Amino acid sequence: MLLKLKFNQQRRVRLAQGLWLLSWTAVMCGAFVFCLGVYLKMELFRRAEVMDDSDIHAVPNILMMVGLASIGTNWIASRICQDSLDESRFPRWRVFMLAWFAVATLLCVLLVAVVMLSYALQGRLEESLKVGLRNGIRFYKDTDVPGRCFQKETIDRLQMEFRCCGNNNFKDWFEVQWVSNRYLDFTSKDVKDRVRSNVDGRYLLDGVPFSCCNPASPRPCLQNQLTDNSAHFNYDYQTEELNLYSRGCREALINYYMELMNSTGPGVLSVILIQMSVIMSLRFLQTSVEGAMALEDPEAESEGFLLEKGVKETFEDVKVKVLTMLKAAQINPEAAAAAEESCGGADAENGGEKTPVKTSTPAS
Amino acid sequence: MAVLKVKFTKTRRDKLAQVLWILNWISVVTGVLLFCLGLFLKVEINKREELMAGRDVQYVPNMLIAVGLLACAINFLGGKICYDCVDTNKFLRWKLIILPYIICTFFFTFCVLVGAVMCYSMHGELEEALNVGLSDALKFYKDTDTPGRCFLKRTVDMLQIHFQCCGNSGYKDWFQIQWISNRYLDMSQKEVVDRLRSNVEGKYLMDGVPFSCCNVNSPRPCIQQQINNNSAHFNYEHQTEELNLWMRGCRQALLEYYTHIMQSIGLTVLILSVLTGVRYLQTALENVLRQGDPDSESDGWLLENSLMETARTNLNIIKSLVGRTTPVNHKAPPTPSSEER
Repeated sequence: MLLKLKFNQQRRVRLAQGLWLLSWTAVMCGAFVFCLGVYLKMELFRRAEVMDDSDIHAVPNILMMVGLASIGTNWIASRICQDSLDESRFPRWRVFMLAWFAVATLLCVLLVAVVMLSYALQGRLEESLKVGLRNGIRFYKDTDVPGRCFQKETIDRLQMEFRCCGNNNFKDWFEVQWVSNRYLDFTSKDVKDRVRSNVDGRYLLDGVPFSCCNPASPRPCLQNQLTDNSAHFNYDYQTEELNLYSRGCREALINYYMELMNSTGPGVLSVILIQMSVIMSLRFLQTSVEGAMALEDPEAESEGFLLEKGVKETFEDVKVKVLTMLKAAQINPEAAAAAEESCGGADAENGGEKTPVKTSTPAS
Repeated sequence: MAVLKVKFTKTRRDKLAQVLWILNWISVVTGVLLFCLGLFLKVEINKREELMAGRDVQYVPNMLIAVGLLACAINFLGGKICYDCVDTNKFLRWKLIILPYIICTFFFTFCVLVGAVMCYSMHGELEEALNVGLSDALKFYKDTDTPGRCFLKRTVDMLQIHFQCCGNSGYKDWFQIQWISNRYLDMSQKEVVDRLRSNVEGKYLMDGVPFSCCNVNSPRPCIQQQINNNSAHFNYEHQTEELNLWMRGCRQALLEYYTHIMQSIGLTVLILSVLTGVRYLQTALENVLRQGDPDSESDGWLLENSLMETARTNLNIIKSLVGRTTPVNHKAPPTPSSEER
């Protein structure tokens, strides 16, 4: 037996009460996990326009499912607790116990998986943001193209809210035409020169949009001719740090989401601990109450345990059971046919024996 | 002749007590709400105190906080009284306190109404404070090297971005002040010298605005410099261009924001006047006790006699109280002749 403990009536009652409280705490924890999942999903949706794929959504989806399932499971556990000390009502739960343990263990495993997944998916998130932001910056000027007309506003608000500029840094804006052709005067020499200076015929300039400007700078924002020291008085491009936001938006967003997931890590771990303690306490309660019922004395002292045999033996037992179930599923059609034949033969024999008995009776 | 007399049976009295108990608890909740709103207003005003000059607008949130706390206490007591009113034994305990309690609550309701009126009257003072504060802030925008004013640039920029506004009344306010510091101006250039000479005070004025005035919803990259010059930008006309910069002035934006808070507070306060019914309950029960049968019908009224008579009786009571406290001793009134009889 694994972890054998003696339980008298008083201890059983205490265990039931404690477990009832614990399972209601676990219901609250399940609600907390669900709300966490909803919050995370909403935050991901808000920035969905700068994300290329939605692999990262697996984390909040699993959290929401686990939260809901855990609310139901732990509520059932509290009902089992309430009925456990009543001899007439406890037996009806016996059938569900194994299923309950399976579901609860699965929930714990899923929660652990979610924690690991949130770290594993960081790379995918980064990739997704890289592609999404690159597209956002490329389509910044397309405010007249349906389907892309909100990119400008999205990127501007993003840069202002997260205090970042460009994908890796502000130089990403130098490689992209972010001023639309309909605002360019193609008769001016400067515009024609710039357009001719590169293969794709794009109007590139060493300037950034206004949303890159840092309000903490002591100087009014310099947006144009950033690499030209002589264009502005008392300006050195290499040493100027406060003028624009120096962080890239990809880094800013990754930090934000990782912080969010890391801060929820301890909460999820404590939920896992609570769920495991509910499982173990319920197992003890189940075995001790069943032991007491077997002795046919509700007040008697009984033993509670986690596993009836040792871990290895239980594992062997389970394996054997599963195999027999599988074999039984295969053999069953043959066994049924054989059983039918033998039953038919037996009937014929019985019929033969019976008839002489029947005819003799009316004679007498 | 009583004022507004209504007949009350026992069930009606009980129902009235229950309804009043619920209303009193709702009033406790609104008292808490009022306290929270007053606190919120205080925090919000403190956040922007750099932009409000001189005028003392703190008296409104302070009054609201005090009124909120008092409302909680008074309505909690009222709830307790209503709860006990149904049981005549417990009612006797409260009988002596009810009349002073009702007088207190009438005064308190008056104070609460004054508080609500103050919320609306603050509007004018707030506008003045914001006007002066914002024009000062715009003037000192460039002084990021002067201690005591170095944060104003950041404050004004964040304000314009957050409240989606530009300047005091509009974006043209920026044309009238020098918002670029002299240490970033190249005095050797002809253009700079011309601009400095073009006005009496030697300020570098330009038709440009800071980046925080830029409208995020504009389809076009933001035009901040040479705003009034149509030929400086392609396909641009400054008279019809509306989406380029924020059109609203920051004074109006902040005023709307604070007025919105005030109006919610004012509305909450006006819901607090729930106490008229307690008077009915008290008079009905007093009448019952005089008749001696707790289950019978009784009358409830606002005032026992008409207004004039009540005023006269109260005046007499006050006169007699004042008479008793003066040091001159009046002769004791003659003993009633009924004893002799």
